[in-house]
Amino acid sequence: MDKFTTVTGIALPLRRSNVDTDQIIPAVYLKRVTKTGFEDALFAAWRTDPEFVLNRPEYAGARILVAGADFGTGSSREHAVWALRDYGFDVVLCPRFGDIFRGNAGKQGLLAAQITEDDAQKLWSIIEADPGIELTVDLVARTARVGDFTVPFQVDDYTRWRLLEGLDDIGLTLRDEARIAEFESHREPWRPRTLPARQVNL
Amino acid sequence: MTNASMSGERPRTLAEKVWDKHLVSKGSDGTPDLIYIDLHLVHEVTSPQAFDGLRLAGRPLRRPDLTIATEDHNTPTLAIDRPIKDLTSRTQIETLRRNCEEFGVRLHSLGDIEQGIVHVVGPQLGLTQPGITVVCGDSHTSTHGAFGAMALGIGTSEVEHVMATQTLPLQPFKTMAITVEGALRPGVTAKDVILAVIAKIGTGGGQGYVLEYRGSAIRALSMEGRMTICNMSIEAGARAGMVAPDATTYAYLKGRAHAPAGQDWDDAVAYWETLATDEGAVFDAEVVLDADTLEPFVTWGTNPGQGVSLSETVPDPADVADANERAAAERALEYMDLAAGTRMKDIRVDTVFLGSCTNSRVEDLRAAADIVRGQTLAPGVRMLVVPGSARVRIEAEAEGLDKVFTDFGAEWRFAGCSMCLGMNPDQLAPGERCASTSNRNFEGRQGKGGRTHLVSPLVAAATAIRGTLSSPWDLVADGLVPADAIPAELAPAAAPALDGAL
Repeated sequence: MDKFTTVTGIALPLRRSNVDTDQIIPAVYLKRVTKTGFEDALFAAWRTDPEFVLNRPEYAGARILVAGADFGTGSSREHAVWALRDYGFDVVLCPRFGDIFRGNAGKQGLLAAQITEDDAQKLWSIIEADPGIELTVDLVARTARVGDFTVPFQVDDYTRWRLLEGLDDIGLTLRDEARIAEFESHREPWRPRTLPARQVNL
Repeated sequence: MTNASMSGERPRTLAEKVWDKHLVSKGSDGTPDLIYIDLHLVHEVTSPQAFDGLRLAGRPLRRPDLTIATEDHNTPTLAIDRPIKDLTSRTQIETLRRNCEEFGVRLHSLGDIEQGIVHVVGPQLGLTQPGITVVCGDSHTSTHGAFGAMALGIGTSEVEHVMATQTLPLQPFKTMAITVEGALRPGVTAKDVILAVIAKIGTGGGQGYVLEYRGSAIRALSMEGRMTICNMSIEAGARAGMVAPDATTYAYLKGRAHAPAGQDWDDAVAYWETLATDEGAVFDAEVVLDADTLEPFVTWGTNPGQGVSLSETVPDPADVADANERAAAERALEYMDLAAGTRMKDIRVDTVFLGSCTNSRVEDLRAAADIVRGQTLAPGVRMLVVPGSARVRIEAEAEGLDKVFTDFGAEWRFAGCSMCLGMNPDQLAPGERCASTSNRNFEGRQGKGGRTHLVSPLVAAATAIRGTLSSPWDLVADGLVPADAIPAELAPAAAPALDGAL
């Protein structure tokens, strides 16, 4: 994963709340077995509407999405994060995220940064007054700045550290391999095992 | 409750006990805890990129003996003995088969008696047990919390993490008690309880919390009912949902293929008995619901929190105070093609779907079959009945339920996720309206342009007979069912609406 410090880019206002992951990427696109190439699937149902904000030329190349509360709720599909990344987004600013989505984002270098409802409204107004305006997100300072308007955002310390350092979670955990093995040595014998397979006809 | 103060320990909740028991290492300064995972459930949709990750890094899958896979999301429910027509779908299934072979993972493929929806398969095999940690690359993993397990839906990066390490780094959680006291009236089910809970706390209300469902109404539920409730915890935004294990749990588990046996059983039960929340343990939040006044509950909008009692009307967005919620309600009504003030019972459907990890167990099929037995499907309505697993299908057929449904005019299908998620061939056409026992009424969830009303199996069955959203009681009013078949207190006017239901 690349190190994440600051991102400057066009901000896209998505004035909708409760954008669940089925809206971010409908299930039909989940048949693919690859991890890239999902840019065509992002908001696929809404994109058929030429007026949908993603289709407006002034927002072409946007890297920062400013969305309404409860973004990324519902299905655990990490494809939602891949689609946003593949399309070119590095940051989602939103008043409240679905838990699983936020976790998935942090593991794929997409910054899910939480702002207040009030700040979301203000950012939308500023962006819509000057479509195509650039916004700068500073992960070190935990701020998003557009013109001379700056808002703070929240991201948990651990996710921030991993993004700043570009660290791989699995590699980090495997440093603790000895502790995992030690834990396993104490597991009770009656805990379930899938192998060998057993069958009972009830 | 167990009394922790006797032993001088800090009183803990069920969730805290399971978490503490699985701590490999405790986090500090904002770093997460490292939690051991007892059981990893795998399916075709969220695993291929994780297996690829292992291969790329040259890592083995650490514990194949704690991992099990099945095919469910992207599978047809007709002609399962023939090659899958859709090439992309076929590739995804074949990829799972190759990956399981390569990494030594037990797989239940189409045609196998244990194949089915991953959240039906784990419990029916006895793999889902109290006090364990369960993960799966699927948000409805919360289902397994019905056994007193800590069950978390995870993304594909985490799937790879568990494959490689059998652990997950997880931030601590908050706890919320959802207490449901009283007795559900006949005709009111676990599904109605959880739809009412979500309407009350909202789709973000559970965010950051592990929910523990408690109270006499929860204790009275079967394991199937508890699974239905825990299943939809994620629709309230919660990380997990749990029910403390009790005699009902043990009776369900005993004798199942992978349940402990002999001395192991006694040892396990002795441990399970310690799991209930201690007297004096403190929850970070509590929500109380009165079971006695609950009615059948249905959704009108495009998220699972947009629900009302079946006897009510489609709400008017103008009455919603919060501006965002109001905009969402307006948008939902437009998508659903509904006018405010319409009686829910006047809403006509094209399709009835009985299935999904929420309501596809044999108990759900029995309940619906009891309503439709001897009746006729409403003209112009299609009904799909999709058992949760091949084993459920066989059990149901042994009881003749397949015949009840097909005589009624419904389609009897093979096991899978089917119409819950608009991925496999079972989908709504644009503009079609469905009464569905599944868990999500999102825009396009059951097929592009499709409109979903979430309902219980009983409401699904009554709706299939009448063609409009209905409860079994409405069948009495029609003279289709003798009045003495359904208790009088089920009369729709008998109960007031829930406080804050909208």
